[in-house]
Amino acid sequence: MAIEVNGKTVELDEEGYLVNLSDWSKEAAQMLADQDNLKLTDSHWEVITFLRDYYDEYQIAPAVRVLTKAISKKLGPDKGSSKYLYELFPYGPAKQACRFAGLPKPTGCV
Amino acid sequence: MASNVEFKIPALRPYPEIPALQPDAMQSKGPFVAKPVMQTPLGFPGELVENWQEKAIEKMGELLKKYRSLQVYLDSCVKCGACTDKCHYFIGTQDPKNMPVARQDLLRQVYRRYMTLSGKVVPKWVGAKDLTREVLDDWYNYYHQCSQCRRCSVFCPYGIDTAEISMAAREIMDCIGLGQKYCNEIIGKVYKIGNNLGLPEPALADTLNGLEEDVKLDTGVDVKFPLDQEGVEVLLVTPSADFFAEPHIDGLIGYAKVFHQAGISWTLSSYASEAGNFGMFIGSYDNMRRISQRIRKAALDLKVKRIVFGECGHAWRVAYSFLNTLAGPFDFLDPKYPVPQHICEFTYDLIQRKALRLDKTANDQRRVTFHDSCNVARASRMGTIPGGQFIIPRAVIKASCNHYYDMPADTIHDQTFCCGGGGGLLTDDLIELRIKGALPRMEALKYVIDHHGVTHMAAICAICKSQFTKVLPYYGFEMDKIVSVHQLVSNAIVL
Repeated sequence: MAIEVNGKTVELDEEGYLVNLSDWSKEAAQMLADQDNLKLTDSHWEVITFLRDYYDEYQIAPAVRVLTKAISKKLGPDKGSSKYLYELFPYGPAKQACRFAGLPKPTGCV
Repeated sequence: MASNVEFKIPALRPYPEIPALQPDAMQSKGPFVAKPVMQTPLGFPGELVENWQEKAIEKMGELLKKYRSLQVYLDSCVKCGACTDKCHYFIGTQDPKNMPVARQDLLRQVYRRYMTLSGKVVPKWVGAKDLTREVLDDWYNYYHQCSQCRRCSVFCPYGIDTAEISMAAREIMDCIGLGQKYCNEIIGKVYKIGNNLGLPEPALADTLNGLEEDVKLDTGVDVKFPLDQEGVEVLLVTPSADFFAEPHIDGLIGYAKVFHQAGISWTLSSYASEAGNFGMFIGSYDNMRRISQRIRKAALDLKVKRIVFGECGHAWRVAYSFLNTLAGPFDFLDPKYPVPQHICEFTYDLIQRKALRLDKTANDQRRVTFHDSCNVARASRMGTIPGGQFIIPRAVIKASCNHYYDMPADTIHDQTFCCGGGGGLLTDDLIELRIKGALPRMEALKYVIDHHGVTHMAAICAICKSQFTKVLPYYGFEMDKIVSVHQLVSNAIVL
């Protein structure tokens, strides 16, 4: 699988995650979201940005709890719940949001 | 959430009955195949070898010599039919190849063709078949539609264990270069990073620090989540999902509170930061052993006296049934305690000795049932009494909650139904199978919801918890109906 982003071919694995994490761009993120019929809003971008920053530091996506805590600190406790994250990313904040953020898919019993 | 699937979600039936057959309903290419980079670190060929047929038969012969049980299972089926309607995947998919006997026959037909006299001379008379590419494709597809839960073996008068046949089949396929991506990628991560998730030490430390903050904020008490502390009493080995997913992490908080109140020093290990052992799912003794050895090394390096396992089904099977031969002897541990010990057993013992203060009313808003995880229920035990693996987790729940109700008798204890995601099938490319395979459990859950107003189902397995979180919504239930057993303890404990 592959997508065309600004004239450049970006390779995806069979589950739709970026093969080369350095291929990520905002346009690529929106194109991946298009595949799930999702329009990325500011609320989505807040999560995606946090995921990318966390990944930069730790080479892994944050635990759902770490994510909800960070969102809660930033946007208020009503948004610091996994329910809010699932509303934004119906296929799960860990997997779907990671895909849009250009991170590898979390593996294991999750 | 329950949208965007191209298949029909099975309807919950008021009375479970044997479903009508739908031949080839689940015929497909099977789950994603492992790439060479995922195969070679495990000692398997990168891709399907040229002489795969010859190699597969050779490997089968080797396994038959090594495991007498395998030969007994392949020889002894009398086609009585007792197993046919016992598999959750058959019930949910109606595909006759998901009948346990049919699943066994996929390997049996080849065994007969190449290893028995009648199969060599008159193959058609004895249902023997050449190992063709078509047969191999069926192996790959249908041996990845078995969660190795062993429910069928409970009903088999000969005790034929389909799980063991399915493990052997996967081992043969791995050895000819046809591995499953989900399992093999994960095992590689254990070797490289230390756990299934690929969670590096700094991220683990950060997560644990965050949990200390949370519990402090919540309770005002300094409950520690120690990492790599030498010379403590207990090494806790738990599935890495406990550091990452929900409701798993609430269970981890529960373990920490129990250790805190009991005053028993403990630590997690960043080297052995995984209880799970996917080596078992792929039937690979070598990989299972390599993964287990990490636990031994961590216990020695950290100079602990006891090893306790967190809530993980197949980890407990490997730990309880095989750890001593895989990674023993454990003569350096304190002989006063079982090696290893299950966290439920550990907590139960403290409850018996009145060493924990539990306020059951803290869970009064919940009406709870318990899902027996297959590997704990049918492949291990817990504590010192027969059936301890059923009694102890329930006793821990009942000590933490006032309202507890069991699901129907033919869906619990040793007759429990798999969650639908066990045995290395908890992957999105098998989502149809996972949803359909959850049907019998969902029906049993519906029963206690309707009759007893049950609000939550507790479990002691990371796979079960993740699988239910994912599939509950497809059946019209909220995803947070599934909870960790130690999450209930965590709520009830008065620090």
